[in-house]
Amino acid sequence: MDARLGFTALDSAQHRPHPEPVVRLRGFTRRFGANTIIEGLDLDIAPGEFIALLGRSGSGKTTLLRTLAGLDEVRGQDVEVPDSRAVVFQDARLLPWKPVWKNVGLGLKGDIRPRAEAALKEVGLGHRIDAWPLTLSGGEAQRAALARALVREPKLLLLDEPFAALDALTRYRMHDLVLSLWRAHKPAVLIVTHDVEEAIALADRVLVLDQGRIIAEERITAPRGERGSFSARLREKLLSNLGGDDHSVIPFAPALEAAE
Amino acid sequence: MASLAIGHAHGAERERRPFSLSRFGGRWLSPVLLLLLWELGSRSGLIPERTLAAPSAVIGTLIEMVISGELPSNLLVSFARVAAGLLIGVTLGLALGLVAGLSRTGELAVDPLMQIKRTIPALALTPLFIVWFGIGETPKVALIAFGTVFPVYLNLYSGIRSVDLRLLDAAKSFGLSRAEQIWHVVLPSALPSLLVGLRYALSVSILVLVVAEQINASAGLGYLINNARDFMRTDIIVVCLMVYAILGLGADWLVRAIEARALIWRPSIVEQ
Repeated sequence: MDARLGFTALDSAQHRPHPEPVVRLRGFTRRFGANTIIEGLDLDIAPGEFIALLGRSGSGKTTLLRTLAGLDEVRGQDVEVPDSRAVVFQDARLLPWKPVWKNVGLGLKGDIRPRAEAALKEVGLGHRIDAWPLTLSGGEAQRAALARALVREPKLLLLDEPFAALDALTRYRMHDLVLSLWRAHKPAVLIVTHDVEEAIALADRVLVLDQGRIIAEERITAPRGERGSFSARLREKLLSNLGGDDHSVIPFAPALEAAE
Repeated sequence: MASLAIGHAHGAERERRPFSLSRFGGRWLSPVLLLLLWELGSRSGLIPERTLAAPSAVIGTLIEMVISGELPSNLLVSFARVAAGLLIGVTLGLALGLVAGLSRTGELAVDPLMQIKRTIPALALTPLFIVWFGIGETPKVALIAFGTVFPVYLNLYSGIRSVDLRLLDAAKSFGLSRAEQIWHVVLPSALPSLLVGLRYALSVSILVLVVAEQINASAGLGYLINNARDFMRTDIIVVCLMVYAILGLGADWLVRAIEARALIWRPSIVEQ
């Protein structure tokens, strides 16, 4: 292993699972009719671990996330997920008929207003507590969705391409916010993304999912913020795993040359 | 410079506008003109009184009927019929819409019957209802109830079924029970559609009222109209028509008021 690279490729034999992982999947398989979406997937997530799940469309990452979120039936499967988990979806999915603070406290019992208020202040939305969701900007809505997830003090935080619809600047700010929230609350995080840069910037471990299998796994040991130096090589590697290694460019007719 | 020039052009337009007709209630002009022509026609004898009473006569009759208590008391009777019919119809529509919307079995049981019912115009049942319920209050209320069930049912049912499944997934992921999902997600998302149904139901109820009141009524607006017809009192008929129109407007206003309160989260209403 080249320590200077700051990342290490792992295969499952080398990977020593945490003695008490928050998520434990063994031989997880999911089929819809004749289609096998996920087959024989093993996954451990340690407490407080930050994992990025990379995959192309149709690789099964949404299915995996739905399973971890408890949205799909897992009867007869070896699946362990914590009870306290929360999801942030790509579209914030706030209920438009409830003010922001009620959205944050959705489903919680007792006096939810102070808790919702604290969570909203933490994500920098203290001034929009009573706003209607449809009046929020995209970034604000995602902050509210983050607050809604955090207020539950989850052991497992699932992020489903949460920043894909945001502009670049807002996205970088949200990365910083997610990292600071992760450091403060220490949930295990699984972020589903198709953005390699995002995965490298955020995660301890990057998984590449393809056709329902984990085909590559990279552990990143370099501290966040110092990853720029090696990210080019890692990026190449992950991209090739994603199937982006054929560098064929769409043919472009050299119209100018032809004219000359 | 360009923006300045545009600003100036706007200013100039604004200065010219006070002279335009639309600033002085232009929309009222043609109705008022029609009333004037009608009045003139009546006074000159061009429109005989037994064909159509003059507007001034109508207003005189209206005041007379209000003072004598004839109009308020009959209006109250009609209003009670609409209220009773609506209460039954809307309640039934709500119940059936919930059953069909929230459960597959309910849908199988209820929806085919409602679709059959939809093909029968409520007013076509008048003869049957007279045979069944006689000529008292019951057939009138029953007709209104029958006519108002469907718009409420259909809009609630489709409102429930068109709930955003992504929102429902989100609610599920936060551990909301089935009942909580219905209460916090499904029903609020069906509310705009339900209110459309309610508005339909209100206008249907007044339409059915008009016909139902022709059934041997001894009180109510329809009774006034029938009586007036027998004595060729066109002024009373016109007064009653006006009251029907006001009832319709009032019903619409009622639903708008409910919408403004219940759908306050909608951007179009938030911005106002």
